[in-house]
Amino acid sequence: MAKAKVLGMMGDFAVAEAAKLCNPDVIAAYPITPQTIIVERLAEFVADGELDCDYICVESEHSAMSACYGASAVGARVYTATASQGLALMIEIVYITASARFPVVMTIANRALSGPINIHCDHSDAMLARDSGWIQVFAEDCQEAYDSTIQAFRIAEDKRVSLPVMNCLDGFVLSHSIEPVTTLPIEDEETLDGFLPVRDPLYKLDVDAPIAQGLLALPEFYMEIKRGQQEAHLKSIDVIKEVIQDFGDRWGRYWPVVEPYQMDDAEVAVVTIGSSTGTGRAAVDELRAEGKKVGLVKLRCFRPFPVKDIQAGLKNAGAVGVCDRSVSFGSTGPVYADMAGAMVGRSGPIVKNFIIGLGGKDITIDTFRTMYDNLYADLAKGEVEEPVEWIGVRGE
Amino acid sequence: MTIQDEYRKKGWKDLPPGGIVDRPATARDYKTGTWRAFRPIRNKDKKICQNPEACLVCWILCPDAAIIRVEPNELEFDMDYCKGCGVCALECPLKAIEMEQE
Repeated sequence: MAKAKVLGMMGDFAVAEAAKLCNPDVIAAYPITPQTIIVERLAEFVADGELDCDYICVESEHSAMSACYGASAVGARVYTATASQGLALMIEIVYITASARFPVVMTIANRALSGPINIHCDHSDAMLARDSGWIQVFAEDCQEAYDSTIQAFRIAEDKRVSLPVMNCLDGFVLSHSIEPVTTLPIEDEETLDGFLPVRDPLYKLDVDAPIAQGLLALPEFYMEIKRGQQEAHLKSIDVIKEVIQDFGDRWGRYWPVVEPYQMDDAEVAVVTIGSSTGTGRAAVDELRAEGKKVGLVKLRCFRPFPVKDIQAGLKNAGAVGVCDRSVSFGSTGPVYADMAGAMVGRSGPIVKNFIIGLGGKDITIDTFRTMYDNLYADLAKGEVEEPVEWIGVRGE
Repeated sequence: MTIQDEYRKKGWKDLPPGGIVDRPATARDYKTGTWRAFRPIRNKDKKICQNPEACLVCWILCPDAAIIRVEPNELEFDMDYCKGCGVCALECPLKAIEMEQE
């Protein structure tokens, strides 16, 4: 009987272990901080004969994603990882992979985009790919990053979805932090005990049954194809929930697409994605001990955007602050923009936007205290004076 | 019916996923002549081609192979593929071809 082991692993190691467990046929990747350890570790597994996989050492991220596209086109299970400028360089093929409905699993160790050049965490890299058509999931801790990686292959390769999945873990905060991670107790490594069957592609390039793929589509077809892509993406939320349920039933860890924390009687709440959720939970506990009814809603799945779950998760909160670790210049943070869209036409809470933690700026319990105080002040006034506030920036 | 005609009748729900064409060798059905803004016509005074030993300059230079030799010295335009670039009209030494707006 295989047993689950609890290992001290940093996020990058945990992700590499999970990717190895899923037995990818092809890995094509280029190292970039803070993702480097993932691909170095996987290269070691292949070199040591622990993982039977074609590991393609490419000359750039653009080539990495191109190789992933090609491998997925012939029906392979494909994995890659990148961050920041690497994602920016590969973005052309990132879009094309999603529109072709080719499953690929990619880990992003979230890092700020240049400039100024910076290696630390924010979500500007993932948000660059927000509209690319990839499913996007953000991890709160290393265990979640490990479990999400395994779920991602199943979600991506499900024929009802057949879309690439981007798993995000916060650079350094998770990628380089050692946490206890419980591995899966797997007997049958071929299919992960039936959880992850061998890929059966929606369609593939096959000399015995030729198709034409990667075609030009002018106005009479382009919009129809994009409409189909949108439908597949929107409907993937049901498959994602199904996979989360199955994973939880087997191994006891459930990772809902939206997770409310202390929301039942919350007067004010913040919405978080990624590792700041853990800090937020600690802040909620402290403030609750002081008698303040505050809550938090963790958004795990950002694309597809789980509108109904987030509406339900907010319960009866009077004021909601949406935390964004990136900003759409000239507008608001991208998570807030979606949240505001989800509230249109509904009588609900006051909603405002907090921009936090850009380029690795620390997000502490005090950061959350500031946001909750701010929300209480707006709740007392009954309106939002400043819809977008930057928290923790000097001189504000 | 060409595959284009077949797909044109379909709404987004019925088209194959990922923008594929689900069978091979369909490019020959793609009639690029619809891109044309100008069409070549034979000069009414000088037939194409008057020269008893046709020079075939148009046939050689046409980038879409849209000049067809029906007889050794008798030429026609393949309007399914002629994109109306006008190379034939420009290069014909007898000025036997003119371009006319579609």
